[in-house]
Amino acid sequence: MSTAPRALLRDPAWPGRLAAGALALALCWPLCVATEFAPWRLLDARSLAVGGRFLGQFFPPATGADFLALVARQTWRTVAIATSGMCLAWLLAVPLALVSTAALSVSALSGRMARPAAALRLGARAAMVVLRSIPELVWALLLVRVVGIGPTAGVLAIALTYGGMLGKVYAEILESADPHAARALLVNGSGRLAALAYGLLPHAAPELASYSVYRWECAIRSSVVLGFVGAGGLGQEMDNAMKMLAGNEVSTMLLVFVALVALADRLSAWLRSALQ
Amino acid sequence: MNAPAGTASGPRRAAVALAALALVGASFASLDLQWSAFLGADALGSMGRFAAEFLAPDLGAAFLRRVLGAAGETLAMSALGTALAAAAALLLCLPAARRPAPAAAPWRLPVRLVLNALRAVPELVWAAMLLVIAGLGPMAGTLALALHTSGVLGRLFAEAVENAAPGPAFALRCQGVREGQVLLYATLPQIAPQLLSYVLYRWENNIRAATVLGVVGAGGLGQMLVFHLGLFQMGRTATVVLAMIVLVLGVDLLSYALRRALVR
Repeated sequence: MSTAPRALLRDPAWPGRLAAGALALALCWPLCVATEFAPWRLLDARSLAVGGRFLGQFFPPATGADFLALVARQTWRTVAIATSGMCLAWLLAVPLALVSTAALSVSALSGRMARPAAALRLGARAAMVVLRSIPELVWALLLVRVVGIGPTAGVLAIALTYGGMLGKVYAEILESADPHAARALLVNGSGRLAALAYGLLPHAAPELASYSVYRWECAIRSSVVLGFVGAGGLGQEMDNAMKMLAGNEVSTMLLVFVALVALADRLSAWLRSALQ
Repeated sequence: MNAPAGTASGPRRAAVALAALALVGASFASLDLQWSAFLGADALGSMGRFAAEFLAPDLGAAFLRRVLGAAGETLAMSALGTALAAAAALLLCLPAARRPAPAAAPWRLPVRLVLNALRAVPELVWAAMLLVIAGLGPMAGTLALALHTSGVLGRLFAEAVENAAPGPAFALRCQGVREGQVLLYATLPQIAPQLLSYVLYRWENNIRAATVLGVVGAGGLGQMLVFHLGLFQMGRTATVVLAMIVLVLGVDLLSYALRRALVR
């Protein structure tokens, strides 16, 4: 420390900081009560015994040949669920996005959009809001009830939630593209799809493609999580291993999951830079 | 899937599009999807019944009060989890940040590794693991949110520390002030608004995450959803799902309105 007198080293702002800290702690107290937050409960004998045994098994990770083959199979299923879900989401999102893009409306060329068209647009947007505001995990839980445990529920859950998200973002990207070319085409009597293909897509395609790739990466992450409610893939295997308290299997699958996400991240970054 | 028609001009784009198509084909081929389970007449009927039961949410006053309580628990989990994560991130951001040239930062690599690991595991997986140790209930969910979020915030905070204007910190270091105090008196006052906005942004995310975290048994609305769904009480399940939608949309609207008010 320096040799400056003590008076100079005193923090001029300390009463304010102290008060703010005390206020923050006071605000946290009801939160702790509401969440039954009692970290010392982690340190009682039973928790320590169970948790210690579970965590102690994490090292070394399980590396049996049968188990690794199972993990590889489930990892592929995770990727396949994400990809199939994205594909169905895309099929759902494209019509919704096209219907709700005002830049492609013929009746909007002359002032206000015609009433039925405006109603259809509103309906499509409302459908997308409902689709994406229910989290994919909740969709998966409900769908597991209907179609049973397995990848079908996961694929449909991703398709529904991501359909709503992709549709909204696609429409936004199309709206933000330069509208002049599409407008000129529509005014001269071209069809809406031709106006989309020759007027909007040339500007918007790279952005649309890169957003789709980014969402695919997100879908891989969420398809692991969906496994925890019975939608197949790596997550379901992880859930089983946790219920059996098989720490070594959990740690192998966690490592595989982290590697998978890192790989998808790299691939998606590379693809997006290649598509721009 | 990834390359809309009309963009594949170069051979590279064509190759990317072909690879994407192959991936989609392989995915559909390798999954034993039960199309008949949701497209057959039988399945459509059961889905219709399911949806019809869903359209009659239980809006009794007593049940609504319980849903409100669970929504409050979800909010409390997200707030406390975020606050714990912010505190952890404040402690970890200094060792995780790069120091100016002559000083070495020996802790940077290991701390970054820990932060990356915390961030790489999703909240729900943390929650499932913590249930083994902490037992059922909102505490496991709160800790899960805190662990994942401290990974995210720790990295964002460290980057904010690295990118702060170096002048004030340099002035204090010249006087021989220690690094912790340099952070407190030179760097933190500069970057505090940025850190606060990161924390608020993560809180918003965590509210969304906390609503579903309970499906593995970690408290809040999610736990209630699984409970009533397990008992086939569709009306009550529908009410819980509605509460989730209201919560998520409400947070979205609020953050949108706040952002607009602050930007203006």
